[in-house]
Amino acid sequence: MNSVSHRLRSSSQPRWWEFGVWALLLVLPYVMPSHALLISEITIIALFAMSLDLILGYSGIVSLGHAAFFGMGAYSAALFAKHIHPDPLWGLAVATMVSAVLGLVCSLGVLRGSDLTRLMVTLGVALILQELANKLDFMTGGADGLQGVVMGPVLGRFEFDLMGQTAAWYALLITLLVFLLLRRVVHAPFGYSLQAIRDNPLRARAIGIPVHARLMSVYTLAAALAGMAGGLQAQTTGFASLDVFGFDRSADVLLMLVIGGTGWLWGGIIGAVVFKSLHSVISAWTPQYWTFWLGLFLVLLMLVGRERLIRPWTWGRRA
Amino acid sequence: MLTLLFDGVAYGMLLFILAIGLAVTLGLMNFINLAHGAFAMAGGYTTVLLMQHAGLPFLVCVPLAFVFTALLGALLEVTLYRRMYNKPHLDQVLFSIGLTFMAVAGVDYVVGSTQQLVQLPDYLKGRTELWDGALGMGHYRLAIIVVCALLAIGLQLLLVRTRFGSQLRASVDNQRVAAGLGIDVNKVFLVTFAVGSGLAGLGGALGAEVLGLDPIFPLKFMIYFLIVVAVGGTSGLTGPLLAALLLGIADVAGKYYVPKLGAFIVYSLMIIILMWRPQGLFVRGGK
Repeated sequence: MNSVSHRLRSSSQPRWWEFGVWALLLVLPYVMPSHALLISEITIIALFAMSLDLILGYSGIVSLGHAAFFGMGAYSAALFAKHIHPDPLWGLAVATMVSAVLGLVCSLGVLRGSDLTRLMVTLGVALILQELANKLDFMTGGADGLQGVVMGPVLGRFEFDLMGQTAAWYALLITLLVFLLLRRVVHAPFGYSLQAIRDNPLRARAIGIPVHARLMSVYTLAAALAGMAGGLQAQTTGFASLDVFGFDRSADVLLMLVIGGTGWLWGGIIGAVVFKSLHSVISAWTPQYWTFWLGLFLVLLMLVGRERLIRPWTWGRRA
Repeated sequence: MLTLLFDGVAYGMLLFILAIGLAVTLGLMNFINLAHGAFAMAGGYTTVLLMQHAGLPFLVCVPLAFVFTALLGALLEVTLYRRMYNKPHLDQVLFSIGLTFMAVAGVDYVVGSTQQLVQLPDYLKGRTELWDGALGMGHYRLAIIVVCALLAIGLQLLLVRTRFGSQLRASVDNQRVAAGLGIDVNKVFLVTFAVGSGLAGLGGALGAEVLGLDPIFPLKFMIYFLIVVAVGGTSGLTGPLLAALLLGIADVAGKYYVPKLGAFIVYSLMIIILMWRPQGLFVRGGK
């Protein structure tokens, strides 16, 4: 008993390198001010990928429509800033809440059925929202996107500058807070029960885990965080357009998570960094056809097995 | 009203032919193949390119599209798909998304991103009006319905009456027992995958005029194929056929009566059906 609690506790302790990496990340906008925009962009999709990891890596729900919540957050934050109040933190809270409500409603759809049913429901929700944002053009600007979003200063003091340094710090700090929250969540009994459900829902139910309630709460949480990422994106770029709901975005974030490794919190961050770097390298070389190489990469990765990417010492062996 | 119904049926029949291969791969190999639309696109482009560059007549190109896509499917099954059958669904999804991305970018590179037009032969271009215009039937759509109906009947006979059909059904029901009885399950998989891809190619060739054909075809229609399979179930031909007809009619009628809502109706309908019966609408014992 003692050794179990000891083991669980030691796995939840932060490692020394985690402090180092976060410290490094937080000084980055200061060291490389010219790349601040890129830094905030990567941070935001890292947050988005982390939220997907909650349902994919920890709970085993395959989603092809996670962009639904990202987009919901982006539009909520943009509309809130435009019509109600320009304060970013309030806007972010609203974006998070709205997406959480949407996630709670959608979670009813992913409880039952096979992987295919879940794929269809998640994909369907994203498509419906995209269609809605397109048709409600008096509010969302339709295909032109929602422009002219002007944000107030963060905490009333830090103005968003053109270089994007404030935006980068804002995004990094929010993501750090979420990261700390999530590491608390996944190492709590709640997080372990999710992993039990992922591994075997039937057994999880048999030992008394309320499977449906757990899945609904984690789906809602993941939706809220994805909405937060979307809100951050809308606030830092001052813009929201239809592509926030796009299928590409849902597919990309899945890929990032797979690159970084599912089921651990750093997976989303590492995946986002690698993915964005790959993206900028390949699209500098062949801008129009970069999805071809992305596809090739995916196919090869899946053929050799995705778990081997993050375990270089297995590359020499045969599958 | 009747005209709408007619167009809806034609559209639905087309979707059935396009999606039936997906239903089989899913039911048989439990493989979620999001790249199915890429095969349909391959069939469409085969037809268009053969007609434009080789000057072959439409009726020759369509069977060629079937043959070419079936061969392509067989090739990919042996080289790639076979390794993915036992992997988790997430891997399969990502793998087939990767294939789709490659197909989209590849076609864009080779042919260009413009919409391709199919020159229909004159005898398919007319239109017949019945009962003072209450029912207007485009001849081409009529031909689609006839061809697809014949194909559906043929497939049903193939599945129920022939030896291959019983081997296929046995493999679907229980792969290990079927293999134990001496059925070469790998060969059954290969042939089925090839025929399924071929049918998608045929559907793509026939549908190029109705659905439009451009490099993002696989992404645009992926959701439609998946709806047919998810709603219709994978346990037979009747389910997907009914689901495809329902989808076709709902989509055409929805776009005609409430164009503002667009594809909204179809997606909402799908989600409601799937929440009500997650295993599909026409599955025995589904709940």
